[in-house]
Amino acid sequence: MGVLAETPVNELDLLDQPLESEMTLSMGPQHPSTHGVLRLDLRLDGELVISAVPDIGYLHTGMEKLFEYKKYQQGIVITDRMDYLNPLGNNLAYVMAAEKLLGLEIPERAQVIRVLFCELQRIASHLVWLGTHALDIGAMSVFFFAFRHREKILNLIEAASGGRMTPSYFRIGGLMMDLPAGFDRRCKQFLDDFPEALSTFDTLVTGNTLWQARTKGIGIISREDAIDWGLTGPCLRGSGVDLDLRRDNPYTGYETYDFNVCVETDGDVWARFLVRMREMAESWKISRQALERLKPGPIKADAPKVVLPDRDDMRKHMDSLIHHFLIVA
Amino acid sequence: MTEKLHGYVEQLKTENGAWVANVVDAFGEVTVEVPRDSIEAACQFLKAQAGFNMLVDLCGADNGPEEDPRFVVNYHLFGTQHHDRLRLQVLLSEDDPHVSTVSHIWSTANWHERETWDMFGVVFDGHPDLRRILLPSDFDGHALRKDYPLRGYEPYSLN
Repeated sequence: MGVLAETPVNELDLLDQPLESEMTLSMGPQHPSTHGVLRLDLRLDGELVISAVPDIGYLHTGMEKLFEYKKYQQGIVITDRMDYLNPLGNNLAYVMAAEKLLGLEIPERAQVIRVLFCELQRIASHLVWLGTHALDIGAMSVFFFAFRHREKILNLIEAASGGRMTPSYFRIGGLMMDLPAGFDRRCKQFLDDFPEALSTFDTLVTGNTLWQARTKGIGIISREDAIDWGLTGPCLRGSGVDLDLRRDNPYTGYETYDFNVCVETDGDVWARFLVRMREMAESWKISRQALERLKPGPIKADAPKVVLPDRDDMRKHMDSLIHHFLIVA
Repeated sequence: MTEKLHGYVEQLKTENGAWVANVVDAFGEVTVEVPRDSIEAACQFLKAQAGFNMLVDLCGADNGPEEDPRFVVNYHLFGTQHHDRLRLQVLLSEDDPHVSTVSHIWSTANWHERETWDMFGVVFDGHPDLRRILLPSDFDGHALRKDYPLRGYEPYSLN
């Protein structure tokens, strides 16, 4: 049953209607330190959800308001915290907006590193999804496999930026700093190992009949509803809309990479599962291409008035120190 | 670069010249300022005739209490077939921050309009369920208005 599709326009009225075989259940909110806290007023008939009235905002942190009180360079650290599974993607959206306004040209190496990290981050994010999704459905062990490989990606991000969950690695005009020595080797090692991990996940869940029984035909979102509700990403592609901004509105040089857009038409949990599983393989493909393209070169745009100078230069050049002072102080 | 986007603006103008009050072309993006009374009709037309079937975002903006018109409501439209983006803007004065809802055109506008009401105090006439969405129901004021202080007016208590 399309649960959300049948949510009436005035959600509150429904709660007042008398119950026969149904019951209402207030689900959540969970503890504020857990992810994605929300409360749902559920109306249930047995195990079937008849309607759900969401109550959101428990983790609202007023980021727009915080931005008003920060300089534009400082805003990057806030974008990390919008979604701790995809801080680099949020960094990128913010710095690209600032770069568009400033009219900066980003050097090739910085662009390639951005793509590499965004795709690694996507894999890490999808691994958290896979682990917790399996956990929620009742498959405990997938979680450990998924998180072990996610940890490897977090280690790579930490090696480059110093932060695991809040890297703030992309800066306006380029990157915080260049990749550390030996990064190529470590990244290549991870990418070489990852296909085997993917096939392990496939073995664990995809062919599992219990898994299929619990995901097929559940939570169907039609193509029309997906567009009407403004869904994006794997949820939209799981409902049969062939849309991927990396291909259709390319940025950061995505148009030069070879990858497929994964689309499924069923619109249920199973379809969205397949889309995300295949996307991990596509992200792996893009990451490999990006790693091969990595050539030495500058990692920051040549715009000293707006791009933070290197720490090294600040110790040697008076003008770098002045620019740093002007941008930060 | 933006010729195609201007084509949509021309379509709007041809349909009804009064729908387009001003057009801004900047950074490869086209913004159309629409008079408050025509936003519903303009949105309906763009969805039906120009393929803008997705409302990516609807958000408010506050120019500050000294400005008139003070509030802006932005409609970010996107087409899943042609992949073009168009931004519509409605300007609202502080004394009368009312605009018609578009939640019957795109369902996603329902929550976005609730958020804009919650944060800026813009009233969407005809909205089926205009309640606060992110802030608690007993919150005082509209937090994203420029004259609302960063730390609020007093320690907020949950009683």
